[in-house]
Amino acid sequence: MNDIVRRDPRKEWIARNRLHPEHLEVLAEMGGGDLHSEWIGPSGLTRRNPHAVGFIGPNGIKRIDRSGAQQAATQPGSRQAQPKDTRRRVEIETPAFLVAVVPVLPGGRLSSHDRDLLGLARQLADADPERPGAVLAIVFGAHKETVFDEAGVDRLLELQGDAFSGYLPETRIAALQSVERELAPRHWLLPDSPLGGGELGRRLAVRLGERPATQVWQIEADAASETGWRCTARGAAGTSDIIRHLPRVVLALAECAEPVSETRHAAQPVELAQALPDVLGRIEDMGEVAVDPASVSLSEAEFILSAGNGVKDWDGFHHAAQVLGATEGASRVAVDDGFMPRDRQVGATGTWVSARVYVAVGISGAIQHLQGIQSCDKVVAINLDEGCDMAKRADLSVIGDAGEILAALVTRIERYREQQQENRDAA
Amino acid sequence: MPHNAKSSSHAGLNVAVLVSVGRHPLTARARRADQDARAVEMALSMSDAAVHLIHAGGNGSDNEEALRGYLGMGIGEVNLIKQSSGADVVPALINALRDTAPQLVLTGTRAETGEGSGLVPYLLAEALGWPVINGLAQVESIEQGVATVLQALPRGKRRRLRVRLPAVATVDSSAPAARQSAFGPARRGELAARACASVPDELQAQWQVQPARKRPKRLKIIKSASARDRFKAAAAKADSGSGQLLSDVSPEQGAEAIFALLKEEGVLR
Repeated sequence: MNDIVRRDPRKEWIARNRLHPEHLEVLAEMGGGDLHSEWIGPSGLTRRNPHAVGFIGPNGIKRIDRSGAQQAATQPGSRQAQPKDTRRRVEIETPAFLVAVVPVLPGGRLSSHDRDLLGLARQLADADPERPGAVLAIVFGAHKETVFDEAGVDRLLELQGDAFSGYLPETRIAALQSVERELAPRHWLLPDSPLGGGELGRRLAVRLGERPATQVWQIEADAASETGWRCTARGAAGTSDIIRHLPRVVLALAECAEPVSETRHAAQPVELAQALPDVLGRIEDMGEVAVDPASVSLSEAEFILSAGNGVKDWDGFHHAAQVLGATEGASRVAVDDGFMPRDRQVGATGTWVSARVYVAVGISGAIQHLQGIQSCDKVVAINLDEGCDMAKRADLSVIGDAGEILAALVTRIERYREQQQENRDAA
Repeated sequence: MPHNAKSSSHAGLNVAVLVSVGRHPLTARARRADQDARAVEMALSMSDAAVHLIHAGGNGSDNEEALRGYLGMGIGEVNLIKQSSGADVVPALINALRDTAPQLVLTGTRAETGEGSGLVPYLLAEALGWPVINGLAQVESIEQGVATVLQALPRGKRRRLRVRLPAVATVDSSAPAARQSAFGPARRGELAARACASVPDELQAQWQVQPARKRPKRLKIIKSASARDRFKAAAAKADSGSGQLLSDVSPEQGAEAIFALLKEEGVLR
């Protein structure tokens, strides 16, 4: 459909002129049957007809919705107002210095910890508006992230190659060392997380011969410091705060700064001039080991299949959990009825879980249960009632009988496993 | 000390465990550090390994009680390298490790007192030129100078690594819990103190250390131009409508949709 607005000056003139014999017809035509409630007067002022606003409500009383939502919805021909991107575009052509950030990208995407760290890097880079620095993000291997620009990255260095697919800390450190040699960033920021950031940061700091600040949770400008910043870091297993000058290498905790939200940055790709050195690693990655999902504690399980009152076929449920490789959870009702042990209860009164994927089978979603799954990324609901609270929370809700859907899912996954096996055999 | 006697006759693996003085999180009493005690337990559970413990630091009365906790696990003696308070223990430890030349050095991930940065194993490995691995949950086997170990990852996952010895390894909290410390052996055991020149940690002297302040809770900031949007965001019960709703579908179609989501998230193995 054509987006160009065609104006008819004559009709607009008739619509303004209340004494014109065709006034009402033109008004009706322009307003699409409604009385025109708002128009530009001859002197350029906006004129309103107070009798034309509002609508007749269900009780026959005239209602006026001043939020504008109703009118925007009823106005025919009005194009949907697109939510406009109001974020300011920032391009830093010649940065005074670089702040290097090495995000961990768990699952191939920027985590909230990574975004906080980029926010911290922006604080360091944008402190002096006369001489702004650029934030350089260094990403290893393949990833799925597309919004580096929104997260506040000015320069993006993607180090591709098979060498970065597994756990090879020595190769990564060698690559970061060549970044240090070529680009010489003023600061190195890494997340102090158990996902690999803390380890990589410590290795890097030791290799660069810098004494890092670990577990930093706050930075402040400080003119007395030689770097112009001081930081507050946790020490002694989280029982003390150490206030010190900000060193070159910083390992920061989650929520160390607000993530970037008001600006968009260039995320301009950069390359290293020299090829990365080959490193003979002394640590060999043999891959992840399959662990029994039932032995994983509920609070740190990654994938939970949780059962509630809607589950009738318990053998089928346990079988499904086994086939899916998921840790079993339960709602309070299932535990109270004796179908599941107490240590498997999810919710405010049981365990607060942090799974990446949470599949709720036959759970309607009491508020205590929804609190317990607050920090889950993706929630799938299998339920009979499509109006239940769990279906509102879920990213995917399937309405139907839980037993049948679980059985179908088990068949589907078994077929997938067979295909994988065939592919492996063929290869 | 039955353990040491047995292993020295075999002349097998030489394992050094670096131990520190811990601090109980609730009572703040000096105790054996939890992760270091797990490292000692891991070393003791290796068959025919000669285990010796090294501690570098001050020698207060509290510290002695805590170090005797390690002796009570069935260890004959702890090599105590005396350092003044506020000293950098890394040079002393490097010297001690050069002297004893162990194949494997085990220690906790980070100390429970002081800076607690967890840097010591990395600094030692860099100085000695050895590889370092972190977060050990289990040592599976050591054959011909190559150790096969399980590394603990978040969410209860494990990764199998092979590392050429000699190496430094830090032990994770998910390693098997340390055995109880027995009182008698703890009294009888020996703290073999040895004086060593202390290198003062000058940088640390400049720091300002205070009890941990509670971190401010992050506020939910709604950036929106119109009051209506802000009100809606503040009053919203749950973000409904964002998810996909499949009603009136056959179980197979529903299962297919769930399967696609699980596969996309990569939780299917």
